[in-house]
Amino acid sequence: MAEVSMKNISKSFGDQVALEAVDMTVPDGSFVVLLGPTGAGKTTTLRLISGLDKPDSGQILINGQDAANQTPAQRNMAMVFQQYSLYPHLSVRQNLAFPLKSPMLRTPADEITRKVAEVADVLQIAHKLDNKATELSGGEMQRVSIGRALVRNPQMYLMDEPLSSLDAKLRSDLRIELKRIQASLGATMLYVTHDQIEAMTMATHVGVLDHGKLVQFGPPREIYEDPVSIYAASRLGSPKINILPADMFPGAPRGATQIGLRPEHIRIGEGQVADVGRVEHLGDQTRLHLTLGNVDLITLTDAHTTLATGDTLKIAPQSPLYFDANGDRVH
Amino acid sequence: MAQIIIKNLRKDFGDFTAVQSSSFTIEDGEFFMLLGPSGCGKTTTLRMIAGLELPTSGEIYIDGEEVSQKRASQRDIAFVFQMFALYPHLNVRQNISYPLKSQRMPKAQISAKVDEVAQILGIEDILNKPVGGLSGGDRQRVALGRAIVRDPKAFMMDEPLGALDAEFRERMSEELRALHDRMGATTVYVTHDQLEAMQMGDKIVVMNHGSVEQFGVPQQIYDWPATLFVADFIGSPPMNFLHFNDTLSKGDTHVTLGGQDFEIPRQLQAASGDLVFGVRPEHVSLDQTSAYKGEVMAIEYLGTTQIIMINAPNGVLKARVAAADTVTVGQGVGLAFNPRTITIFDKSTGAALLSDANIGVLDHG
Repeated sequence: MAEVSMKNISKSFGDQVALEAVDMTVPDGSFVVLLGPTGAGKTTTLRLISGLDKPDSGQILINGQDAANQTPAQRNMAMVFQQYSLYPHLSVRQNLAFPLKSPMLRTPADEITRKVAEVADVLQIAHKLDNKATELSGGEMQRVSIGRALVRNPQMYLMDEPLSSLDAKLRSDLRIELKRIQASLGATMLYVTHDQIEAMTMATHVGVLDHGKLVQFGPPREIYEDPVSIYAASRLGSPKINILPADMFPGAPRGATQIGLRPEHIRIGEGQVADVGRVEHLGDQTRLHLTLGNVDLITLTDAHTTLATGDTLKIAPQSPLYFDANGDRVH
Repeated sequence: MAQIIIKNLRKDFGDFTAVQSSSFTIEDGEFFMLLGPSGCGKTTTLRMIAGLELPTSGEIYIDGEEVSQKRASQRDIAFVFQMFALYPHLNVRQNISYPLKSQRMPKAQISAKVDEVAQILGIEDILNKPVGGLSGGDRQRVALGRAIVRDPKAFMMDEPLGALDAEFRERMSEELRALHDRMGATTVYVTHDQLEAMQMGDKIVVMNHGSVEQFGVPQQIYDWPATLFVADFIGSPPMNFLHFNDTLSKGDTHVTLGGQDFEIPRQLQAASGDLVFGVRPEHVSLDQTSAYKGEVMAIEYLGTTQIIMINAPNGVLKARVAAADTVTVGQGVGLAFNPRTITIFDKSTGAALLSDANIGVLDHG
């Protein structure tokens, strides 16, 4: 596997800036997840690294070598798209074996059989190996297209929202499987999503993109606990971080105009009086929708709380994060 | 508004039974969820309540009146579909007015009614816009407006948020629920998303293969599932199942798993053979003093908490623990279970065995 670096990469499509001066290194053996809403530049990053598009300026280094003159085939990246594309006239087995039959690889037949069986097993499609690709459900087709990347031995896997079309249960199974496969292969993975749970649970590093700029890069825990801005803080965590005016509670540092409070960082029983709005019993915990002054916020409490709509309670911040008027972090 | 009672409702399509002897009651003003996987019969049930399908047998009472064989138009129910169809050539006001015009309501009254509904939905400023250029959220609000404006006895909603992306869905679900709280209208809502059902519902019916598995208050269903299916379908991650073989007598308060003794709620039913020890992830804790050992297979960091996947003697299980706990893959851990929360299931029937803890919920469920 490989280390891939982007040095000062910019890319525009017409007057639309897709990426602006991005510096990022995907370390060998890491699982990097790019997180951001539609239009943040996630997919453009994948396309530039794979060689499908060329940057306007900047350099892409693969294992320290400038890749500017390498074709996508020479870069040897395995790409999985959100929209699966399988060979409709081939069976699942043939679809999975296809990349290994490339004349460049000359994989022995028994090796192909072994690899295909192994990948089919991991992706829970072993019972469908002899089906035509067109006889599969959408979720199954997507697993086959992930499998077609996994049978190869590329420099790096590039995945563009590969789980977004699957149902919740399968998605949570495959999150664990993908992470396990990546770790056991020591594979380098660059993975794009707007699903914060995928980013938090699978990534060794998360890159937060905001309108083409990489605003933070680090382990999920670091971004969750130590975000550089309100934007970065809002990308991770569900329910989202609460943002309140800084003067609502004492103790804000100079320059801070806003407080960010994760739902679990609100202490109940002291401080300001808030009104309880909706109470959502989610089973393992309860979400309280509160109103403090004219600000709505959400906090978490016991599954079996007796608090109900119309009650009041006192709340105070615990481990607050402070931000200035631009939304940048203030320490 | 209305109370809706469903009694022994059944629907066959040829040889296929879509719904078999369902019974439950929707109280006046409730936000009521029909929850289950695709093909479980939830949409068919909703369509029978609305009058879009006629049941093969059984009764439907709306405010005490038996309506099961009546036409949809005679039931005074409004239906909101997943694919909200608006009249593309009409503007927002005309779309919302439409149901009232077809009732031949006087113009001035229609106009007042539409203004009122627009205010409830916060769409006063788009009333004169064509529906073609609206955002997904506004289109949905207009579709809701068209349902609300008639003042029906009840609303039927078939996965109205199913086509929306996660973030927007969260916002719309809050909006829908807030709207319901303001209007107090009986609402029956179909979904396959357990979190949506827990979040929005006053009551939930969980359906599977055309049958009602459980019916009740969300938190009680979560805590005390009636069947293995419910325990697995509700909760993310779902309830852990530890498989064991034992004989339990009435009055037992302990079971043996992997040679270790575990306390459980006092059992009110005897059972023997293949049994399942059910425990929710947040009631599993890592406890080095426990002799019941497992190995950490995977860790999922979630910010607030983390999910630890553990290979244990009676199967793989997941624990939800504080995000601050340090755990590494491959590490050996001792496991403890909160004894008051345990449900024992009979594996062959899939049913929960009655205990002191769950009898209050399951006895009249």
